[in-house]
This record gives sequence, C-alpha cells and structure tokens, in this order.
Amino acid sequence: MSEELQITNPKLKVNGLSFYYGKYQAIKNVSMDIPANKVTAFIGPSGCGKSTLLRTFNRLYELYPDQRAEGEIRLDGDNILDKKQDITLLRAKVGMVFQKPTPFPMSIYDNVAFGVRLYEDLSRSEMDDRIEWALTKAALWKEVKDKLNQSGNSLSGGQQQRLCIARGIAIKPEVLLLDEPCSALDPISTAHIEELVAELKLDYTVVIVTHNMQQAARVSDYTAYMYLGEMMEFGATDNIFVKPQRKETEDYITGRFG
Amino acid sequence: MTQSEHSSKQYDIDLETLRSRVLEMGGLVESQILAAIDGFIDGDLGALDAVVAEDHRVNAFEVNIDTDCSHLIARRQPAAGDLRLVLAVIKIVTDLERVGDEAAKIARIGKQTHSRAPMSSAPIAAIRHVGDIAIGMLRKALDALARLDPAAAAAIVREDVEIDEEFRSIVRQLITFMMEDPRTISTAIEILWIAKAIERIGDHSKNMAEQVIYIVKGTDVRHTSVEALEREALS
Repeated sequence: MSEELQITNPKLKVNGLSFYYGKYQAIKNVSMDIPANKVTAFIGPSGCGKSTLLRTFNRLYELYPDQRAEGEIRLDGDNILDKKQDITLLRAKVGMVFQKPTPFPMSIYDNVAFGVRLYEDLSRSEMDDRIEWALTKAALWKEVKDKLNQSGNSLSGGQQQRLCIARGIAIKPEVLLLDEPCSALDPISTAHIEELVAELKLDYTVVIVTHNMQQAARVSDYTAYMYLGEMMEFGATDNIFVKPQRKETEDYITGRFG
Repeated sequence: MTQSEHSSKQYDIDLETLRSRVLEMGGLVESQILAAIDGFIDGDLGALDAVVAEDHRVNAFEVNIDTDCSHLIARRQPAAGDLRLVLAVIKIVTDLERVGDEAAKIARIGKQTHSRAPMSSAPIAAIRHVGDIAIGMLRKALDALARLDPAAAAAIVREDVEIDEEFRSIVRQLITFMMEDPRTISTAIEILWIAKAIERIGDHSKNMAEQVIYIVKGTDVRHTSVEALEREALS
C-alpha cells in the first residue's frame, strides 16, 4: 500500500480520543492530525460519530450532562480537554456553524456583532469595519449592506447560513467547524457556501462534517471516513475518492453501503 | 476486486451493462482481426471485403460506449473502483477501435497483395505466427478485463516484448527477400505493413492490460518497466 499520509503542520492533534454518551461509547480511540489552513471533511453513515468528533473540538458537549471525552486534543500543542482550559477562550478560537441556520432574533448587524462583543471591546467604527469584513468574507455583504438593521430571520435559508458563518468568523477564530452546513440549502446557496469554504481555508483551518459525499470531494483537501465510532481511513481527498485503501471506505463512497 | 452490490440496483445494472458491452465490442474486434489475418493468408478476398465492411460496427461500439460513460459520470458521479472502471473503459474502447482499424487495414492491403503476383511462402508462416500471438494477447486482455485479473493482465505485457522481437525478425526476412529479388519489393512492403499492423495490435492489447491493472489496483502502470508493472499487479 502506498501514499502514507504526512501532515506536516497540524493545527489539531487528536490522540487516543474516546467519547461517551453516558455508557455508550460514540468515539473509539481516534487519533488523527488535522492540518492547518486546509479543509478536512468527515464522512460516514448516520451515527458513526463524525458530528460527535467535531463537537469535541470546541467542547460543545460540556453543555450536556453525562457526556465526557477521554484522550487528548491538542490545539497548537495545548490540550483543550484539560480541565484548566478556558472554554470561552477555546470557543473564540474554534468557531462552529450548524446544520440548520441559527440566526439570533435580532438585526443582521447585531447577529454578527454578538460574538465580537463577548470577546472584544471595539469602538463603533471598528465594529462597523468588523461587521463589513465578516459579511464580505461570508459572501453576504452585497446582499445585506442596505438592510443591516432588518431581522436576521428575514433572510433566505442560504443567506441565514452565510450570516451564521459571518457570525462565526467575526470573532476571528483559528478553526472553523462546519456541521453539515449545506444540508438545508438549495444548490445555489450550497455553491456559495462551498465557494466560501475554499476562501476561508486561506485564513482558517476548516473541518466540515457532511452527508454529501460529492460535497466532501469538492471542498476538502483531506477526508476522514468514520464508521461505528472508529476512524476507518484518513487520507488526501484525491486518494480517498480514487483509490481508497480499505474496502469499507470503497463500499461507502461508491454507494455499496447498507 | 470483490464487489458487493450498490444500494442502487440500477447503478449495478448500468456498470454491468457497460462492462458487457465492452466485452461484446472486444469479441467483434477479435473476430475481425482473425478474419483479416486468415483472409490474407488464404487469399480469401470475400472474407477480406467482409472485414472492411464490418469496420463501421466497431466504430459505432466506440461511440456508443463513450456516450454511455459520459451519461454514467453525469448521473452517478462514480467514485473509487467505479470511477476507475469508467475511466479505463473510455481508454479501452479507444484501443479496441484502433485494433478494429488495424484489421480493416490488413484486409485492404491483403486484397491488393492478392490481386498481384503470388507470394513466396517464407514470411507468411511468420505472419501467421505473430498474428497468433497478437490475437492471443487481445483475447487474454479481454479475459483479464472480464475477470478483473491483474496477474493475467501483467502476463500480457511480457508477451508484447515477444511480439516486438518477432516483428523485427520479419523485417529482417523481408529485407533479405527484397535484396535477393527486387521484383518482390511491392509485395514485401505490403507484408511489412501487415506485420506492423499486427505488431500494433500487441501494443493496444498491452494498453488494455495496463488499464485492467489500473481498475483493480488503482495504480497507473503506463510507461513503467515490465518489472515495476508486475510488482504492482501481483502486490
């Protein structure tokens, strides 16, 4: 077998990670390096643990009782699972966008400013600049610049999702987690978001969970296939989609699964 | 390559249909080349005419299979082994169509040769021999494709070396003929062209064999040494 994966500059180093929902083990001893300034996609059937894995990267699971992680996840060398890790600071570094757009019931402007106000004390003009920057990055500025005071809920689904991405990047995180960001969107909005992902990786490390295999193939540099909580195969996307090493991966990506 | 079934039965049917049409085309091409060489050696002008007349069927296969491949890519976005199969089929039908062209070429030249003086029998035996090797290679390449057998495909590549040597030996024989009796030059040149056409069939069969290795192993073994290719095929 050839093409051993070499990650030279990992942003996140996952080491022997296991995750439990109560007694149920959803992630089984996963180790992987997630490269900086690249898009890494997690694929796998429902319930394989890919979203769970994503949620460990900003410790979102802490919101719920009975959920715990074991092992290590190092962000630039620091173990983020450490008790001493400041969670608010972690989430400023590791932003997240969810499957369904989750605009807050407030103006477009305030939606984007919301996170920034938690972490930074900006002047009005600095904030204006930041909002424009984030909305431009999220490819939404042109569509909303004349209606920043309207409610975020007044936007279309695709626009709402880009608003959430703008909110995510406004705090200038280092890692952006996308949990099926396009599953509720039409093809054109999906294309906008995918275009955006390609732009975002210049500044951020992007990790995307997707059910849509073609989307993983289109947007990612690296692809990880998960099944039943295990990391079955992790490799360069070009290799995974042309020449996967494991039959399980091949069966899944060619639609021979289940 | 052991393949389980797709969740989509229709996808399985599409891929299976694609493969069987390539094999059907291969069967037609094989019979064309056989008829062309036999017709040339036996001087059967009717058989040679039939080969020329049938060539359009080979061409139609190429166009139709390529169309099927483009439809399959557009509709299914094949990945991994499925993708490699479709890519390889597109290349294989090009080689098969060229083999068909070589058969038609042999038939046309053969007709010319027979319309002239009778030939000396010496290089004919050699043509028969090299033709048998080429047809054998083509048949084995199609078998390797049918059974997705990389080891069988690798063996074909070895045979191509043999065919190249036989071709050079025919050239030497023909040169001797031409030097001994310049009146044989026209005929000798035509036989040379036929030998060259047969030698090309060996090359096309080798190309198809390399595609079989690509389908099964995922490695592009074109333009590598025979040893490297065998290592990959048997790994």
